[in-house]
This record gives sequence, C-alpha cells and structure tokens, in this order.
Amino acid sequence: MAAENASHRFERLAPTPGECEVAGRPSRAEVLDYWEERFGVEREVFDDFSFWEKGAGKLWVTACDVPDGLAVESLGLTFLRTRQEHWKPTTNAVQRFGRHASRNVIELPQAAAKRFLAGEDQPVEWDGDWGYLICAHELAGAVEPVGVGLYLHGELRSMVPKGSRRDL
Amino acid sequence: MDALDRYEPVIEEFDAFREACARSLPSVVRVNGIKADAERASDALEAEGVRVRRREWNDAVIELDARKPGNTWAYVHGWIHGQEEVSAVPAAVLDPEPGDAVWDACAAPGSKTTQLADLLGDEGLVVANDDNLGRLAALRSNAERLGATCVAVTNEDARRFTLDGFGIDAFDAVLADVPCTCEGTIRKNADALDGAGAEASRKIGRLQADILRRAVALTRPGGTVVYSTCTFAPEENEAVVDAVLAAGGVELRAFDVGLVAAEGLTEWAGESFDDSLSKAKRFYPHQNDTGGFFCAKFEVTA
Repeated sequence: MAAENASHRFERLAPTPGECEVAGRPSRAEVLDYWEERFGVEREVFDDFSFWEKGAGKLWVTACDVPDGLAVESLGLTFLRTRQEHWKPTTNAVQRFGRHASRNVIELPQAAAKRFLAGEDQPVEWDGDWGYLICAHELAGAVEPVGVGLYLHGELRSMVPKGSRRDL
Repeated sequence: MDALDRYEPVIEEFDAFREACARSLPSVVRVNGIKADAERASDALEAEGVRVRRREWNDAVIELDARKPGNTWAYVHGWIHGQEEVSAVPAAVLDPEPGDAVWDACAAPGSKTTQLADLLGDEGLVVANDDNLGRLAALRSNAERLGATCVAVTNEDARRFTLDGFGIDAFDAVLADVPCTCEGTIRKNADALDGAGAEASRKIGRLQADILRRAVALTRPGGTVVYSTCTFAPEENEAVVDAVLAAGGVELRAFDVGLVAAEGLTEWAGESFDDSLSKAKRFYPHQNDTGGFFCAKFEVTA
C-alpha cells in the first residue's frame, strides 16, 4: 500500500520516480525536468537546494540540510503546485530562481508590468507556448522576473496572489 | 513626567535625547543581498524618483525620502525591506558565517531573520521561532518575499524550544531579540511608554532571562549569543545579562558596528552589575538619529 502524504510534516522528494513511495508525489528528477523543459533553467541551479512536500501537491524549496519528516511551520519557500495537470510555479519561486530562465519568459513593457502586478488580465503579443509564463520587466539594467502569468487565447492572466498585488 | 525621566542620571545630553525621542524616525530600508546588492537597489529606487542616502556603518542600510517604500518595484522584487536602522544592529553583531546553524528565538515579523539569512548568503539554517501564531504569517510572508530559502519557521515557546528533528546538537549562533517594553520605539509608537516603568520591566525581565538562558543552553561552546531589546530599561537589559552571566558558562565580548553608542551600565538604582557589562551597548535616539536599542554579545565558553 502506498504511503500517504503526512500534512504536518515536510517530506523530502525521492530522487527518481521509481523511488517515490507516496502516490501522486513527484520526484526531484521530475521537478528538475520541469524547470529545464518549461523555462530552460539548468539543473545545476538547484544543486544546493532540496525539494519537499507538505500538503498534497504543495512543494517547497530549501537550502536547509535537515532530516526528513521535520514538523515545522515552513521550510524555505513554497515553490511549485503539482496537484493539477499543469504544474504552476509560485510567484516567490519565480522571483528567486527566474533569473536563470531562458524559455517562456515574457518581457513586459513597464505599463504592462504594472497592470500585471495590479492583478489585471491583458492582451499581449506572444507567439510562444501557451500556459504558465514567467513575466518579467527591465529594472536597474537587467530583466527581472515579477511573477507568473497564464497565457491563453492572446491574453495574459496575472497569477500574482491577491495579497501581493499593488497599484504602483 | 513620563517613564523616560528616570534615565536622566545615566543618559548624557539628556535634553538632546528628549528632543530626538519627540521627532519621527527617518525612513530607512535594508537591502536584501539574497536578491540584489545596494547598488542595484539604489538604482531601481532612483529610477522611480526616490532619493536614497547610503548609511556609512552598513552597506545594506539606506535612507529614503519616500514614506512608503512598499510602493516601489524594489520592494515588490524583494530587494528592500523596511527595517528601522537600529534594528539592523543585532544580526550584524551576531555576524554568522555561511553554512552556520542559527536560531532566531523571537523572530516575528522576520526583519532580523531575513537579515541573518542574508548574512549566511542563504546557505545554512536559520530556525526562526515565534510563540505568537498570529505574527507567524508576517514572518513567513517576509521570508518568502525576500527569497530566504534557508529559513525554517517554528511556533514554540522559546523557553522550552528543543532541537528535536533538526539533526544537530547545538546552534553556532543565536539571536535572543526578546519581547520587551519597547520604550525605544517611542519615535514611531506614540503609546510606547504606556504602562512602562521599573515594575513592568522587572516583570518582563524574568521572561527575558529565561529566553536568554535557553539561547545559551542551545549554543555550542565557542558559539555566539546576541541579546537585544528595544528598551532603555536596565531591568530588561543589564540586569538580565548580569543574571545570566552569574550562572557561568558565558562571557561578554566587546563589539563595534560603526554606530555611536554608550557603554552598558555597571550600576543602576543601587544595584551593581558585572564589570564586563561595559562591553554591552546602549544606542540612544540622539546619537545616530534612530530608535533606542540595547545589545550584548556573549561567547559561550562551556
């Protein structure tokens, strides 16, 4: 019988799908595949980080080297939602690791970046993949990721969480 | 007549102290090195029309002419964090090394936690504890916004905290930035002195000493413990440090963060404290145009 997800403890992702004992839990290899295939983030970027699940489909990333099964309120950052068919990175994960992305990054003009941050949906010119994109803009001389957008039918939907939205 | 009058015998330039306490604080932020350096953060702020002034004592601390630094792209990206200047002192004094295991015993809302994570280069472990569940949300949200991946948040009574489950025997460094009467926040909280006084301070002093004892107990020999408060009250500062020194196993160490400060007191209200308390520091509002603060640095010797 497959082990169950223990919702009050942090459980480390198994290295590969074959070693995973919890039904529906992705492995580290699959998480690395996702960032590499979807956003072009090289696997080495995550060499010093481990991935954990607490709550079904809620993955965390941490630089802490702690034993499996730790019962704490949080461990590093929330990182990736894997419950739905299409995985979704969190805003904070994209801000922390999105600088390493080379694919599916849409650079928004400043006015569009402000609308995105305010939580607005807007039409955009984009001839790449549909689905979740890293939305970025130029800031202090470089392109910086702001958050996650969902691109469908010519429209970019802002996935910025309500509490983080701002009208600059 | 208020709770600050009793400090006249120990504070030099007491009139200037009084005047400073009556002024509002400058708007100061700490740059989050996990995401950007002070140069880029300053550039981003200036591009939005915010004038910045770097502080000499600490590269990461900058003064803004904006009252609401939260309404800037630099804030949205987690490059800056609104943090009173003197509140950046204790983590700088603790000064942990990348890879260290650090305990922030009373961590919410996380300004010092995230500064510690930054000083670790986001490598190692910061266990950020707070007993107040309501304040944990702010702690978690600040750690997330600032991208601090080396932080584990716990919700325990610091006096009974254990290392169970963490896979380590002791911390390398501990920050005991304890709950206090907060007299030193008078420049931002007009009611900071309500209920303040020697009696209130003696009462909370017992809790503070218990937390500091736990901090010492969980630190490895050779490790560092920093004790800090944002109050002027000797009953919560020197008296607490003195009680913990008397139990042995720790010594005070001198430090200099580059801000003007007065020495810790070695006597107060007829009571005398260990001579080494002069190594502790009192930061007064008129010295650096900040809030008030107390900080002591211990080395655990056994």
